[in-house]
Amino acid sequence: MEKRVVFRQRGLPYLLLVPQLAVTFVFFIWPASQALWQSMLVQDPFGLATRFVWFDNFAALFGNPEYTNSLKVTAIFSFAVAFSGLAIALLLAAMADFVMRAATFYKTMLIWPYAVAPAIAGVLWLFLFNPSIGIIAWLLGKVGVDWNHQLNGGQALLLVIVAATWKQISYNFLFFLAGMQSIPRSLIEAAAIDGAGPVKRFVTLIFPLISPTTFFLLVVNLVYAFFDTFGIIHAVTEGGPAQATTTLVYKVYRDGFIGLDLGSSAAQSVVLMAIVMALTFVQFRFIERRVQYA
Amino acid sequence: MCCRRTILAGAAVFALALAAGPADAQKRVQIEWWHAMGGELGEKVNKIAADFNASQDEYEIKAVYKGNYTETMTAAIAAFRAGQQPHIVQVFEVGTATMMAARGAIYPVYELMADTGEPFDPNAFISAVVGYYTTPEGEMLSMPFNSSTPVLYYNKDAFEKAGLDPEQPPKTWPELVEFAKKTQAAGYPCGFTTGWQSWVQIENFSAWHNLPLGTKQNGFAGLDTELVFNETPVVEHIANMAEWQKSKIFDYGGRRSDSAPKFYNQECVMYMNSSAAYAGVKNNAKDFEFGIGMLPYYPDIEGAPQNSIIGGATLWVLQGHPDEEYKGVARFFSYLSSPEVQAWWHQETGYLPITTAAYELTRSQGFYEKNPGTDIAIKQLTYKEPTENSKGLRFGNFVQIRDIINEELEAVWAGSKTARQAMDEAVARGNKLLRQFEAQYK
Repeated sequence: MEKRVVFRQRGLPYLLLVPQLAVTFVFFIWPASQALWQSMLVQDPFGLATRFVWFDNFAALFGNPEYTNSLKVTAIFSFAVAFSGLAIALLLAAMADFVMRAATFYKTMLIWPYAVAPAIAGVLWLFLFNPSIGIIAWLLGKVGVDWNHQLNGGQALLLVIVAATWKQISYNFLFFLAGMQSIPRSLIEAAAIDGAGPVKRFVTLIFPLISPTTFFLLVVNLVYAFFDTFGIIHAVTEGGPAQATTTLVYKVYRDGFIGLDLGSSAAQSVVLMAIVMALTFVQFRFIERRVQYA
Repeated sequence: MCCRRTILAGAAVFALALAAGPADAQKRVQIEWWHAMGGELGEKVNKIAADFNASQDEYEIKAVYKGNYTETMTAAIAAFRAGQQPHIVQVFEVGTATMMAARGAIYPVYELMADTGEPFDPNAFISAVVGYYTTPEGEMLSMPFNSSTPVLYYNKDAFEKAGLDPEQPPKTWPELVEFAKKTQAAGYPCGFTTGWQSWVQIENFSAWHNLPLGTKQNGFAGLDTELVFNETPVVEHIANMAEWQKSKIFDYGGRRSDSAPKFYNQECVMYMNSSAAYAGVKNNAKDFEFGIGMLPYYPDIEGAPQNSIIGGATLWVLQGHPDEEYKGVARFFSYLSSPEVQAWWHQETGYLPITTAAYELTRSQGFYEKNPGTDIAIKQLTYKEPTENSKGLRFGNFVQIRDIINEELEAVWAGSKTARQAMDEAVARGNKLLRQFEAQYK
């Protein structure tokens, strides 16, 4: 039987949709089409001399070693953030689900980092790891690791991955915990009675049952890693040293706002949009099949 | 119900009064000035604006802090594209080429002063400052405001402890290395550090030694300029610094002024940075006496020392406003370049006195005797008459080129590239950006 909502007034459904459509238009369609248009132009910063150049900006990107570098950095960064964020949050949620005493305390503490603004989170980690005055940098020095993320690209990338993941763990944790707590206790008890240990219960019972949550979080985490990590990267390393932490979204900012090359920056943002769309499409097409909806 | 009429009547009167009130203030012509001076410098800027507003009643300057230099410039450009540009914007020296090339957006200062009939003498400004911001025909495009040049700050107490004369800063690079070794022997871990490495160790290094940075008079004579600093002794100097980084005669501390703490906590005994860092040094160098010296030079390079070039920013005027508002801008510029205002600004901030009159006034007030070392900057800037290698530089996309230079230098300090490789790479990447800039104006 099909569910149908019937409106008595003819125009009412359209009227109700207008606010959402207006927001989508103003905040997505209009800027996106402007970006598409600008990506085919070469202009001076003030917009006084504009030339239409078809796809030259796009062609220039793919011959540019700095762009290839940022593709590589983005790939490493995004997958590291997404997978470690999910893995750690899953572990914490499983532990929080298991524990009896002070459960609320742990849950509250684990959720707090989500409330911290990205730039502030970045600055916090920056202070901890500052080569001259940071506590963790000092501790690392004591165990023989010479920490200087201002010079060492690998260390800088590690630092932004840690900072970005830390924030996201709380968000993932919340969803995982909710997912786990919605599993009927009777199922878990039945498995325990049948002799399944905690790990086996997790792998064969809990993990498949929270797969809708996992899938959702995977998509959200990847989008987060591609776009929302701009604040953290800008606050911690500004894309350096030597562009070791310049992700695609950061490069869009650098070339557009600092380099004032609006055509190339617009072309990059179009490519970025295409990449994320493709990634999301791939996820829905191939991974969603394995999700078991209750 | 009873008082409803009274309340309504009262509200109407109130609203009328409100409408009538601000009308008085709006009789003054409003002029908007966007700047990048934060913190203490911002307060001094606000004082300048307030004093100007108090000195006359036709115009009112509104000084708005827009963030750092890059953010301010970007904001002004975006505002111009949206038709919301301010009258005056403070742009740093590396943005000069971009501003100059935007002929349809800027209102050159020499034209502004002539059109509004405001008296203006470009010769009142010191030649090093003016040279940077004029066309080859000598027409001034922007109004100098806060110009600085790099100097050498040094730890007098450390010198004494190492058996050196605390009143004698090193004059040459070999001397500096010798002094650094002595202070290291006396227990100070590092010899010298630098801020703004591209500006100090490459751009000013080249000017101070009369070496070219690029063809076409460092870009003054054409957009088809090319970088050439990988063919000059700059490469040897960077190679030296890489060697010194190994023994901590030189220790890298960051791109802008992030290395300052190394000097303040006496880790490094010498610190090369802007003369405008003076206020910071004075406030933070609490446990020791410091002195100021000129930049060191290599005595075997012919022509050294020549003169150093300026950093800092100037004020550019943007088109698109009515004529009567530009009269106010011109009036403000006259006020700003008066000897009293410039002398006050110089003494409070460590930026250079940009007019000869302001310099003389400061001297006659005995400022340089009471604050020794504060005149080193201007002496160094005017050491000799500028040549085509030391007038300054004018490269498009220079903000990005500086970042490229920073990246390549960082690779050298980390030991992953030689100085030759890094400078070659920097020049190649920089030239690509110069060609892109040129293409935008075809």
